[in-house]
Order: sequence, then C-alpha cells, then structure tokens
Amino acid sequence: MHKDSLAALAEGLRSRRFSSRELTEHFLKRIEQYDEALNSYVTVTAERALAQADAADAQIAKGEGGPLTGIPLAHKDLFCTNGVRTACGSKMLDNFIAPYDAHIVELLDAAGMVTLGKVNMDEFAMGSSTETSYYGPTRNPWDTDRVPGGSSGGSVAAVAAGLAPVATATDTGGSIRQPAALTGLTGIKPTYGRVSRYGMVAFASSLDQAGVVAHSAEDAALVLQAMAGFDMRDSTCVERPVDDYAAALGNDIRGLKIGLPSQYFGDGLDPQVRAAVDAAAAELETLGATLTPIELPNTPLSVPTYYVVAPAEASSNLSRFDGVRYGHRCAEPANLEDLYKRSRGEGFGSEVKRRIMVGTYVLSHGYYDAYYLQAQKVRRLIADDFARAFEQVDVILGPTTQGTAFALGEQTDDPVTMYLNDIYTIAANLAGLPAMSIPCGQSAGLPIGLQLIGRHFDEGRLLNVAHAYQQVSDWHAQWPEAYA
Amino acid sequence: MSLTTEQVRHVAHLARLGLDEVQIDSLSTQLGDILGLVDALSKADTASVTPMAHPLDMGQRGRADVVTESDRREAYQAIAPSAQDGLYRVPRVIE
Amino acid sequence: MNDTAHCIPDGWEAVIGLEIHCQLSTQSKIFSGSSTAYGAPPNAQASAIDLGMPGVLPVLNGEALRMAVMFGLAVDAEIAPVCVFARKHYFYPDLPKGYQISQYELPIVANGHLDITVGDAHKRIGITRAHMEEDAGKSLHEGFVNESGIDLNRAGTPLIEIVSEPELRTPAEAVAYMKKLHQIVVYLGICDGNMQEGSFRCDANVSVRRAGTTAFGTRTETKNVNSFRYVEKAIEYEINRQVEVLESGGSIQQETRLFDPSTGQTRAMRSKEDAHDYRYFPDPDLLPVHCGAQYIEDVRATLPELPVDKRARFERDYGLSTYDATVLTGERPLADFYETMVAEAGGEAKLCANWVITDLLGALNKAGLEITESPVSAAQMAALIQRIGDQTISGKIAKEVFEAMMNGEGDADAVIEAKGLRQITDDSAILAVIDQVIADNPKQLEQYKGGKDRVLGFFVGQVMKATGGKANPDAVNRLLKERLGPPGEA
Repeated sequence: MHKDSLAALAEGLRSRRFSSRELTEHFLKRIEQYDEALNSYVTVTAERALAQADAADAQIAKGEGGPLTGIPLAHKDLFCTNGVRTACGSKMLDNFIAPYDAHIVELLDAAGMVTLGKVNMDEFAMGSSTETSYYGPTRNPWDTDRVPGGSSGGSVAAVAAGLAPVATATDTGGSIRQPAALTGLTGIKPTYGRVSRYGMVAFASSLDQAGVVAHSAEDAALVLQAMAGFDMRDSTCVERPVDDYAAALGNDIRGLKIGLPSQYFGDGLDPQVRAAVDAAAAELETLGATLTPIELPNTPLSVPTYYVVAPAEASSNLSRFDGVRYGHRCAEPANLEDLYKRSRGEGFGSEVKRRIMVGTYVLSHGYYDAYYLQAQKVRRLIADDFARAFEQVDVILGPTTQGTAFALGEQTDDPVTMYLNDIYTIAANLAGLPAMSIPCGQSAGLPIGLQLIGRHFDEGRLLNVAHAYQQVSDWHAQWPEAYA
Repeated sequence: MSLTTEQVRHVAHLARLGLDEVQIDSLSTQLGDILGLVDALSKADTASVTPMAHPLDMGQRGRADVVTESDRREAYQAIAPSAQDGLYRVPRVIE
Repeated sequence: MNDTAHCIPDGWEAVIGLEIHCQLSTQSKIFSGSSTAYGAPPNAQASAIDLGMPGVLPVLNGEALRMAVMFGLAVDAEIAPVCVFARKHYFYPDLPKGYQISQYELPIVANGHLDITVGDAHKRIGITRAHMEEDAGKSLHEGFVNESGIDLNRAGTPLIEIVSEPELRTPAEAVAYMKKLHQIVVYLGICDGNMQEGSFRCDANVSVRRAGTTAFGTRTETKNVNSFRYVEKAIEYEINRQVEVLESGGSIQQETRLFDPSTGQTRAMRSKEDAHDYRYFPDPDLLPVHCGAQYIEDVRATLPELPVDKRARFERDYGLSTYDATVLTGERPLADFYETMVAEAGGEAKLCANWVITDLLGALNKAGLEITESPVSAAQMAALIQRIGDQTISGKIAKEVFEAMMNGEGDADAVIEAKGLRQITDDSAILAVIDQVIADNPKQLEQYKGGKDRVLGFFVGQVMKATGGKANPDAVNRLLKERLGPPGEA
C-alpha cells in the first residue's frame, strides 16, 4: 500500500479493498519498523491518527468525502497542531503543545486526511541537512550515512521510505526542493501568498511558503489543491481563486517555452547532475517543448541577499521566544535579563544563534542601509531578472542542487559552504515564484533533482510539465531498496 | 574580516542571547565569514532601485472591527512556564 | 496654569515637544479580534496573536486606520498615500513578540498643526507626525515577591502616537496643546479620552537653553504622565531641574524619566538604560497600507464638525458671545444637548445658553454628573424654556421647577401643575392682592405718598410674596403704579 499513488489509495478506500484504519495501521507499523534508523518522525500521533481514520471510514461508508479522505500524511513539525507538540526541531519549543491548528492543518483535516505525526526538521527550518534539529539528524533512506537535505528532511525521509504517503513541508530558501532532490521526491513550493502561513512557525516571513513533498506531481497536485487558497488571517495570503491542478496535469506541453539560465549550469555543478538535467531537458524537448538559453545575471547575488534578508527577519521573528509565556525557560532566573539571556541561550542551537546574531547585526544602528536596505534593493534586481526571463519563456529549468546528498557531518563546521548549497533555490523565494523539484536521474545510487520555476501563480503549469516528464520517465517511481 | 569579541558581545546583548566565551570566539570568526559573503551586495549598482520588502505587489487588507476572540486564558496558560492568578510570572520588572 | 512665566528661571528658555499616545476606541484590537474593553480579568482578552504565540499573524483593523485618517484630516495634516508598519525591537515582558508593531519611516499622518490659546496669545503648534501602533501590556507588582505579574489584555490595543514639533515653550502651552488635542480626539469619537484608564497619555520631551540662543539643549523624555495637571508639574519640575544642573556646571543626560505624582518630581528610569537600538524594519507580515484619494474623501465626509468650527457657528447662528460659545462647544455631547434644546424650544437661543451654562452645568457639577448623564433631557429643558416664554411661569419660578425636575419629579408641566406654580396673569386677581397689601401697610403707603419711590419695590415684593411668586411681575408693577399713582402726590 505504501507504494501506491494517492489516487490508487483513494480508489482502494472507496472500493473497500482496505479501510483507512488498515491503511493508517500499515504506515504506523512501518514507522515503528523503520524510523529508528531514519529518525524522520519527532512525534507519532497514533491514537489521534486512528481516530481520524475511523472518522474517515465512517464518511466513506456513507459515500461522502473527497479524493483525500482517509489518506494519511505527516506534517512538518513547524505547523501548529492543536493539542500536539509543535517543536520546530528546537529545545526552545520542546514543551510547546500548540493550542491551535495551522490553517493548512485545518484544511487537510477537513479534507479527511489522517495525521500520522510530526516530522523532523532543521531547528526553526534553518539548515540544509536536518542536522541542526534538537531531536538529532534525520538520515537519507537512500544512504543512511547521508543527509536527506533540509530543512524539511523529516518530510522527505518519511515519504521516501514509505513511512507516509505524502507530507507537508516549507520552503524559505529551498527547504522543500533541495531535500526532495536529495531523496528522489517531487516537491513543490507554491507562489508566495498562495498558501496561508497562519499557524506555521515563522522563519523568514517574506520568504516562507508551505508546500508538499510526494512521490509524483499527480500526488503533489492533489494535496496542494487542498492546502491552497485565501485565508483572511494571513495578510500576505492572496485573494485569488485556486487553479484546478489535477485538470492542468493533462495539458499538452507542445510549444511550451523552457528557459535554461546559463548561471544555473556554471562552476560548481556536478557533471553527473548536469548530464541528468540536460537529459531531462532533452526529453521535454522531444515532448514538444522548446529550449531557450536565458540569463539571470544577478543569480550570484541571491545567496548574499538571502543571508541578509532571512536572518534579519528571523532574528525579529524569534524574539518572541523569551521564556515568559511558553517554551523553554531557564531555571531560577536571577533577574529579567538573566531570564532572557539564559532561556534563549539554552533554548536555541548554534545555527539558530548564528542567524539571530547575523540578523541582529545587519538591522542594528549604522548597518541597516548597507545591509538590509541594500539587500532589499538587490532583491528587486533578482526579481526583475525573472520578470524579464518570463517575457521570453514559460518555465525556467535547471538543477535543484549542485550535487547529490552529502555525508552527515560533512558541512556542519563551515556555515558559508553550507549556505552556498542553496545557490539554485534561493532566488525563487526572493522573487516569490512557484518552483518545484522532480527526480531526473541518479548518481552512484543517489537521486538527482530537476528544478522548474514558474511565473507567479503558475503552479498548474509546473505540475503539468512535471507530470508530462513523469509520464515518460520512471525516476519518481524508484525506491530505496531497503524500504521498497 | 572578523568581528571583535566586543562587537559580538554587543550584538548578543541586543538579541538577549546568552553565549559562553567559546561561542563568542567562534562567532567572531563565523560572523566575519558570513559578512564577508554578503559583502558582495555592496558592489551591486542599486542607485535607482526601489527596495523590495515583499515578493508580491499588494496592499494591506483591512479587517472588520469585530470581536472574534473569546477568553482562552486557561488553554494558553496551561503551557506557560510560570503563571499565577491569571498573570504570567517573571522576575521583578524594575521601572 | 494662567501665569507660568514665573516657573521658568530668568535667562532661560524651555523647548518642549509632546508625544501623545491616544487609544483608539475600536471594539477589537489593532491586529487581532480580541476585545479592547477595559477592566477584564488579567489575560482574559489576550488572544494567541496578542500573546505572540508562534505562527500567528497580525491583520490590520480597518477601523483603526479610518480613525487615524480622521485624526490627520482634523489637524490639517497630510495623509500618506502609502504608509508602512515597522517592527520596533526591544525585550520587555509586557511586549510579547519582542517587538512592537509601529510605524517608522512612513507614518500615516504627517505635517499637521493645532492652534492653541494661552491667555490672550494665540499660537500654532506643528504636528510632526502621527503613527499607528499597538499598545503593550502591563506589569503588576502587588502580591508578588521579587517577581512581577504580566497582564497582556492591553497588548495590541490600537494607538496613535501624535508627535508635536518642539514648539512649545511653557508648561502652560504644553497643557493648552494637550487639552486641545484631547478635545479633538474625543470630538472625533476616535478616543474615549479617559486619562485615568490610560486612553490618553503623554510623554514630554523637555530641554532648556539660554534665552536668545537657538541651538537645542540635550533633552530628557518624561514618560506616561497621565493628567493635565501632572504634565504641567512634570515639565515645570524638569525645566527647573535642568536649569539647576546646568547652572551648577553639570550636563544633562539624554534619558527617559518617570514622573512621581506623590513627590511632584521626575527620576531617571532604571529599566531602559540600554542604548536605544530598536532595529526598525518593515514588518514582513503586514503589507503597505494604501490610502487612495477616494478613501480619504470618504473619511473626510464622515468627519464631525470640529470644535473651532462649531464655536464660530454658535456665535454666528445663535448670536452667542465667544465665551458662551466656547463653553457650549467644549464637549461634543454638551454642544449636541444645547442644539437639541434650542431646536425643541423653537428659538430662545440666548436664554437656552444661559440656562445650560448657569443652571444645568451648575447642577450637574454639584451632582458630579456628566452632561450625558443629565437627569433632565434637552427636550425637557426646552419645555421649561417654553413655559417661561409663554408666561406660564416666571424666570424665578422656573428655577424652582428646574430644581424639581433635577430631582426627578417629572417634566416642567407636571411640576408646575403639581406645585400649583402657574403664573397669575389675571389683572383682577392681582388687583385684589394689591388692595389687600396696601390696606395692610399704611405706613409704607404714607412713605410712598411722601415721595419715597423706592417703597414701590417693597409693595412689589409683598405682592409676590402673597402670591407665592406666581404673580406676573410685569403685571404687578403696572397695576401697582396704577393704584398708587406717581410717588409724592399725596
């Protein structure tokens, strides 16, 4: 069952080949069996899941429910779940039982989905390897000595290993696409404002966007459909009808103009990755798309821009964790300052501290114009690059990452090297564009990801291109042997 | 480029982050490295560029002035580190 | 606060700017749907948003924006076509997110002004800016040992912070400015003006310099002074303190100070010794606020008549003195009361004004009541005026009727009937009393005939007394003169 598509699972539920309870139990058993090695789940909500499954079964029995009713999923542990710990990979929130649901949790609950549990992530989503989690690193099902990527490492490891059919995730600078690429999954980060951020613990508010990791574009489309849409509670959420993603999947891609930015194929790109991406592009060409070289000249500035904007916003967003109203509080504070400094000093891990420090510094007196304001201006230049490119092409294609999954511990000492991993993914966040990663090959048994970037609100087209490719390829159908 | 430990201490104080000496030392190098990375921004020509605070060009919506929240103090304070008589307890606030 | 020149030491000039925090009277908070009602149990009105819980987001209360725009229009200011919310960072337990959502570079209101009068002098005071922001919570100390309790009910209450130019020179000017501002926001209905509950609070920036110099001295900021009187005292104290420091060769520290009403002194605050580095940046959870020309015109159309315009109209349309018009337009409910009364009475504007100012306000003041709590309505007051006009009662009897009305004994007609106060206007009835009075007072009659014309007044008094004040005084005078003939004609 764990290798079935969501459509197949829904069909199995509707035709009573199995119940949601049986399906849920199947996944819970697999979690028990496999997750000790992977550490993808931080919290398993078995009881709750079974109750939800029973409710779904009752609905199905009455002929009610939709395409997702009774299908299990896992939530990244930064989506607040009422009554369930939402820890964000941090000691700071180790005791935080959220008293409310995130908007998307409400929506997916209402769609009848069954929450298996909460999955691991880099602390406060800051990282590209899921090694910064307070709950220990998550391992890559393709090679457990390697990282699954991050920050949504728990989401991808759980889905890649068949410990959940699908999972929610978030992407601030590549946190959906990079781990999807490193684990052979399909991950989509929608347009900024497409999915409500309400109840999603903020990292960098102007960059964060919720999305999905799944085994195929078809699965991702189904779940994204249920997550997307207007929410009054998020001022940055866009009031605009959601396209019919499932319907868009079947569109013909003949005549589609695909742009290949030269900056995404330069130094640092692993030749094997390059070969796989080139081959995928050629495959799309045979399906009738045209390939056009394009320029995104400000690409080299995207990492520096991101590492000003994101830490600045993060330093501000994380000031609320002060040990007063919830979360970690140090023992016996001598005075207020001691309460703040020790609670925060003990509650945050080193990567989070680093980013708070950078963010505080760039916003502080005398540095604002040189760093933050300048970064906002360069951000505009980067967005303008895309706007110009999309006058010529419909979709931009390139690699998601420079290489395949790296070994645990390989890059933890050097933050700058780690940050440079995000070179291909960050720009889409800065410009607020929808982007996705789909598997397009393997190198030494490790998956390779292909990135597609679209115009604002063009998720339907991205899913369409991904689906078209997945109709003629089977990289997305590959499973790590140990978990097949 | 690296930050002096004094600068690191000052920033840590602004951010109310308790750091030990080892952390301060390593941060002075690491912050220097990161600032070296972002220094590339200074070379970009942005003379006539409007700063971009949001990815989408939208205006703020207004909410209707209606009370929609009810009293959930019990639920909220169930997760508080220290509360008494409905108040959050903190070390004495000196004004 | 009439003559305050004396409070500024010779040879010195004070430079005063006020920052006034005015709580907007919305139902719900500026960024959440929590109630803003005063006096709820601690934290009962603190939602997840007000508590700064993880993941929750602010959404702007449209009414708070509209009120801020109203204020801007009322002080002839510019309304920013685009204004931006910014985060102001500092750690304090009553500030749940570690930042306050405020406005920094692009406030909603800029470049307004207010005209004040102190004694006979008129002065225009510039309003630099007014911006929207959220209020913080409160720290309570009672019942705690070495600890404080935090109540976040007030956190997120909408405020506008109104910043004046440093153009005020005396405590009296500062108070006049503050009172004028208070009157306007209450008139606009955007603030309840309750200083006790902190709905209208003042921070005073004060510096001093040698008279005749133009450079500004180092200023101090005295926080949260919550009455007009305290503002005057705090500024006065601060001016004298600074002059004393400077004259004894010291220097002024730029610092935040607190006013202690019990001692009348200010002292430096200990908690904010940190160099201010608020790390402002645009709040990414909120988008730029656009106020188009149409929106601004729509708000303008809802502006009530402001005190200065109302006063001019009262003088013009009702023929009132400047003094009467000023008193009657001092508060909007009072002005409304008066206008309703005049309309119901069908005129008699001057008489109505006298009755409201002298009698009604006097009685309310004695009873400790506001005009809105008056036991006698405007319509009832109007009916009383009509009974004077149609000579049912005299002005003097009317005072008695009014007193009964204030005591809840019914409206004018009911009181007049119940007490039998209807005026006697029938000549024959009055003549009968006159004849009796003359007959009873032969000595006075003698005097009158002997040329003492003042004795006429005695007879009038006796007649009025005999009729219980109900005789029409004009008729009494006329008939007495007829009966007695001219004095000295024996």
